[in-house]
Amino acid sequence: MSDTAVRVRELRKKYGDVTAVDGIDLDIARGEVFALLGPNGAGKTTTVEILEGHRRRDGGEVSVLGEDPSRAGRTWRSKLGIVLQSATDAAEFTVRETVHHFATYFPRPRDPESVIELVGLSGKADARIRNLSGGQRRRVDVALGVVGSPELLFLDEPTTGFDPEARRQFWSLISLLASEGTTIVLTTHYLDEAEALADRVGVIAAGRVVAVGDPATLAGRAEAEATVCWSTPDGERRIKTSSPTKVVAELIAQFDGEIPDLTVTRPTLEDTYLGLIGEHP
Amino acid sequence: MTTTLPLRSTDIEADPVPRLPSAARLALKRGAMELKGFFRTKGQFIVIFSLPAIMLMLLGAMSGSRAGLPGITGAQILTAGMIGAGIMGTSFQNLGINIALERHDGTLKRLYGMPMPRVAYFGGKIIQVLVCMLAEVALLITVGVLMFGVALPTTVNQWLTFTWVLVLGGISCTFLGIAAGSLPKSTRGANAVITLPFLIVQFCSGVYIPFSDVPGFLQIFASIFPLKWMTQGMRSVFLPEQAVVLEPAGSWELPMVALALGGWCLLGLILCLKTFRWTARDDG
Ligand SMILES: Nc1ncnc2c1ncn2[C@@H]1O[C@H](COP(=O)(O)OP(=O)(O)OP(=O)(O)O)[C@@H](O)[C@H]1O
Ligand SMILES: [Mg+2]
Repeated sequence: MSDTAVRVRELRKKYGDVTAVDGIDLDIARGEVFALLGPNGAGKTTTVEILEGHRRRDGGEVSVLGEDPSRAGRTWRSKLGIVLQSATDAAEFTVRETVHHFATYFPRPRDPESVIELVGLSGKADARIRNLSGGQRRRVDVALGVVGSPELLFLDEPTTGFDPEARRQFWSLISLLASEGTTIVLTTHYLDEAEALADRVGVIAAGRVVAVGDPATLAGRAEAEATVCWSTPDGERRIKTSSPTKVVAELIAQFDGEIPDLTVTRPTLEDTYLGLIGEHP
Repeated sequence: MTTTLPLRSTDIEADPVPRLPSAARLALKRGAMELKGFFRTKGQFIVIFSLPAIMLMLLGAMSGSRAGLPGITGAQILTAGMIGAGIMGTSFQNLGINIALERHDGTLKRLYGMPMPRVAYFGGKIIQVLVCMLAEVALLITVGVLMFGVALPTTVNQWLTFTWVLVLGGISCTFLGIAAGSLPKSTRGANAVITLPFLIVQFCSGVYIPFSDVPGFLQIFASIFPLKWMTQGMRSVFLPEQAVVLEPAGSWELPMVALALGGWCLLGLILCLKTFRWTARDDG
């Protein structure tokens, strides 16, 4: 068994005249949590669905758990968990019926009841799925993604419509799966989510990878200048500096006590992300 | 906190080499799920399952003894026709609409991403169709017998005919339904795209009006489709022998019925294999 869960080289996909994926390379290690970021239409869903075997590629090499998704069989699928970007199926069934049903497809499923509890749907287990709220419906999708105890879990914008508490609960579920060794590939538009969950993030824009790395150091984020900000009687002052400690030391000497409204900030992942996207419209 | 919950189910140690569940087992699971879904979807249940029986009661009560032969009523002819329509409704119309909906609501895509053998999906459909079809036919026969004096077949030969017409008709219309499920481009269109042609074929095939009253060119048109042959086969089973004079051909043409339905089984299978897809048309 190799250490690589996903290996992609020169991946290409066109829909008619629209180039959705324009030469993507990716390497995702086993056990890694990898987040794909990128604006609407960047090609995230297209890429992920090619990895899942749902869409055909026009060019490039793809290996997922050692197999080509366009040719892989049932055993390969049983190691995968898939949460699609949108689903409205199973409307007439209850949460419990649905999770129990799909658990039987897998050779080594998780206990359906604890999966329902993990996604926070215990109180709605006997409700018809058509009657769930948007965020609750989404949690059913997550439950169906994890019920087969996958080695590799794909999640395409899993937390759309989640309330803050559900999102935290989802984060702890992902951390739990990751601690068990599950490889996780997720797309998201929430940068705090990517930062909280991902070992590495990949930013794609217009079908190309524009940056890959640890969210803390992405695109030179850690070395970027910090901003020191404080208040004076004449209003707010801010200084961009590569040595914020020195600036603060000088301020301490100057103020003799508390520095009013002092903050020292590095660029957030969002700043870095927006900078990257801006360079590659 | 949730992290203390048992994640792995407890039987893992007992089964160290996990095996994929068999196709037969999953087909049964899917069949049960399909049936539950069918009877819970009010629209499908009413239109596909209840409507033929309601139509039979209403039209049968209105038709009187128009057939013009002693001992044979229009209601009896109608019963045989409705049985044919019921077989086609619970297979062709049922699957055509149902599969179109499943394609557009993401059911098929979800299943495609699951470790499910493809045959389990079709096995589940066949179970669902079979149960609905047998229940439908039983219901229509019951209405015919209780309300309109239809006599149950008495000879083994008639029961054999009944069985093979049911089986061949059911199989051909099941294949055609699976193929037709690829036609609707949207959820909203599904009902119209499937039900309208079905309704037209029903009128031409002598379901609602006796086949002998259908204009000649429409009779020829109807002969292209399986329903005409199914109703004819069912008339041979449920009507007294002297009713054969009402047939435009002057006989029940059973060999022709078998040939036409068998041919449709083959053609339906080919259409299925050629057209079935797990994704919506524009899904890359
Ligand atoms: N089935 C399709 N047919 C035609 N074009 C498509 C199809 N799916 C995607 N596209 C196009 O391909 C491009 C990439 O789409 P994709 O869904 O992969 O983006 P995404 O990054 O997932 O966006 P979002 O964040 O909005 O989900 C877009 O320009 C989109 O319009
Ligand atoms: Mg997307």
